[in-house]
Amino acid sequence: MSFELETAANREGLRRVAIDPVSRVEGHGKVTLLLDDAGHVKEARLHIVEFRGFEKFIQGRPYWEVPVMVQRLCGICPVSHHLAAAKALDPVVGALTVTPTADKIRRLMHYGQILQSHALHFFHLASPDLLFGFDSPVQQRNIVGVAGAWPEVAKKGVLLRKFGQEVIRITTGKRVHGTGAVPGGVNRSLTAAERDELLAEADRMIEWSHEAVHLARQLHEANAALYDDFGLFRSHLLSLVRADGALDLYDGHLRLRDARGQIVRDAIPCADYDQHIVEEVKSWSYMKFPFIKELGPTRGWYKVGPLARVQNCDFIPSPLAEVERQDFIARGEGEPIHAPLAYHWARMIEMLHAAEIIRGLLDDPDLLSDQRMAGGPRGREGVGIIEAPRGTLIHHYRVGEDDLVSYCNLIVSTTHNNQAMNEAVRQVARRYLDGRQLTEGLLNHIEVAIRAFDPCLSCATHALGKMPMVVELRGADGALLDSAERGG
Amino acid sequence: MDLVIFAVGNPSRGDDALGPLLMDELERQAPPGVQLVNDFQLQPEHALDLHGRALALFIDAGAGTPAPFEFRELQAAAGHAVSSHAFTPQEVLRVYEILHGHPPPPAFLLCVRGEDFTLGEALSASAVKHLEAARRHLHACLAAPAAEHWRQQLAGTQGKTEALR
Repeated sequence: MSFELETAANREGLRRVAIDPVSRVEGHGKVTLLLDDAGHVKEARLHIVEFRGFEKFIQGRPYWEVPVMVQRLCGICPVSHHLAAAKALDPVVGALTVTPTADKIRRLMHYGQILQSHALHFFHLASPDLLFGFDSPVQQRNIVGVAGAWPEVAKKGVLLRKFGQEVIRITTGKRVHGTGAVPGGVNRSLTAAERDELLAEADRMIEWSHEAVHLARQLHEANAALYDDFGLFRSHLLSLVRADGALDLYDGHLRLRDARGQIVRDAIPCADYDQHIVEEVKSWSYMKFPFIKELGPTRGWYKVGPLARVQNCDFIPSPLAEVERQDFIARGEGEPIHAPLAYHWARMIEMLHAAEIIRGLLDDPDLLSDQRMAGGPRGREGVGIIEAPRGTLIHHYRVGEDDLVSYCNLIVSTTHNNQAMNEAVRQVARRYLDGRQLTEGLLNHIEVAIRAFDPCLSCATHALGKMPMVVELRGADGALLDSAERGG
Repeated sequence: MDLVIFAVGNPSRGDDALGPLLMDELERQAPPGVQLVNDFQLQPEHALDLHGRALALFIDAGAGTPAPFEFRELQAAAGHAVSSHAFTPQEVLRVYEILHGHPPPPAFLLCVRGEDFTLGEALSASAVKHLEAARRHLHACLAAPAAEHWRQQLAGTQGKTEALR
């Protein structure tokens, strides 16, 4: 099926503008806009131009290798893949529940990942747009510009991220490619010295995260007309929640709210995800379009990530973040907030929550225990769902008698947001580009809308020269009329 | 020796493994006093690894890089090249300047030419050759880890690169 502005009626006679790839997001994304002679947008699409091949990469490998190998799918959230795979493979070794030590070390690892990823996004990817403005000079609109104008903001961003990376290093044993989580538990506990090293900084991280929430809120409220309306579309909200309705980024069951805030599906066990979520393939993108099967592709698509999670839960189980969540919810005046730019505020509330959770876990003696592994009668299939920084991440495996992975299905966060990002692009294109001359600042509006979702469009190929930013303007006959390049 | 070496790349993405492969070798035979930092991609906190170091080397794979490799000195850059979640070495150097208020240590880039960056693929045949050439150059650098020596190598390296084109 096709949405408004997804496919133009007479594509051949239209002018084509490509933004290829979208800068400051992972991997290779491309936006194409088809304009008629009057400059009106007739079609807007966000494409993925690189085939991922994740499942092929995993199938045929021994199951115990998988939590390590999947880290190589993504250079930004390897820990999320690592933990989702370990959770999915727990039943294969008979660990229907893991030990308290394993659960808490995995949570510590995960919230460290949330903190560092959210800090990276807000301070280094989003803040240049938010602090300088979408139309500000491109030479200024980057983290180096932020660091020059607001050195303390930039410095705290670096150190918050550094702290999250230290949590990951200590819980996985290495700075990258760690092996902390294994099917059935974890392979290392914390030492008292490691715990104390993190404790020494934890309160400061809460303080800085709290400041970041207020900064994001101030930016939103200072320019409310823009933030509330930019790229606005309405959709369902999907995320994990804890059994009691609390925000839980590590485990829980699936909950779906409709655009007006009513819970329409709840308590869906993770193992049943494929009974409710199906993926539509469209010829123009390598990335699929998931939707809720019972609702169909037209009504059943949804958004995931911080904006969905903060509003889908009933409460946040950490005091400072819960106060901030209540203030955020109050802004919606009884309706969910759907504005893409509100992702930034919600993301900072989650970063504060992550800092509080980390601080709380560090007081728990279970982190130092050597009761790391659980087991039981072997299984052959498992589903692991985790709330990665960008949204719901699903890993599903079947393992053969030979212990090799015979089936693998991954639905990554950015795929869940595929339709949502396309909708945001269309709203911005319609509002800001229609009938106007195309400028770098206007094209950046498209990118601002996409970046709000913090997408990870491919993963981890970063080689120098691989990712330039190319803007192409083509005539109706396909001839290249103009192009510009930056980055790379 | 106050040297920090960064190797960047994804070991499972074809020729993107060039940096990690060189780092694997360094980890087995690293001279004392050399700090080794291996990561998928550069991020702002890598600026913190430069602190207290007299010299820095960034090793990476490059698409479109002159074969077999490029070796050059880097300057901190405030450019607009933030094109993904990954930072360039020049941006890392610039973050260092901002964090510390003084210039970063002399820094060089060893960028090895890659051809195929497909997930799950092994090194391409040409990347294997480039790796060998880069390995020899890296060992020559480590034999004399000082900015003045490395600058002297620049002209010779560029000459070899031109000859191999």
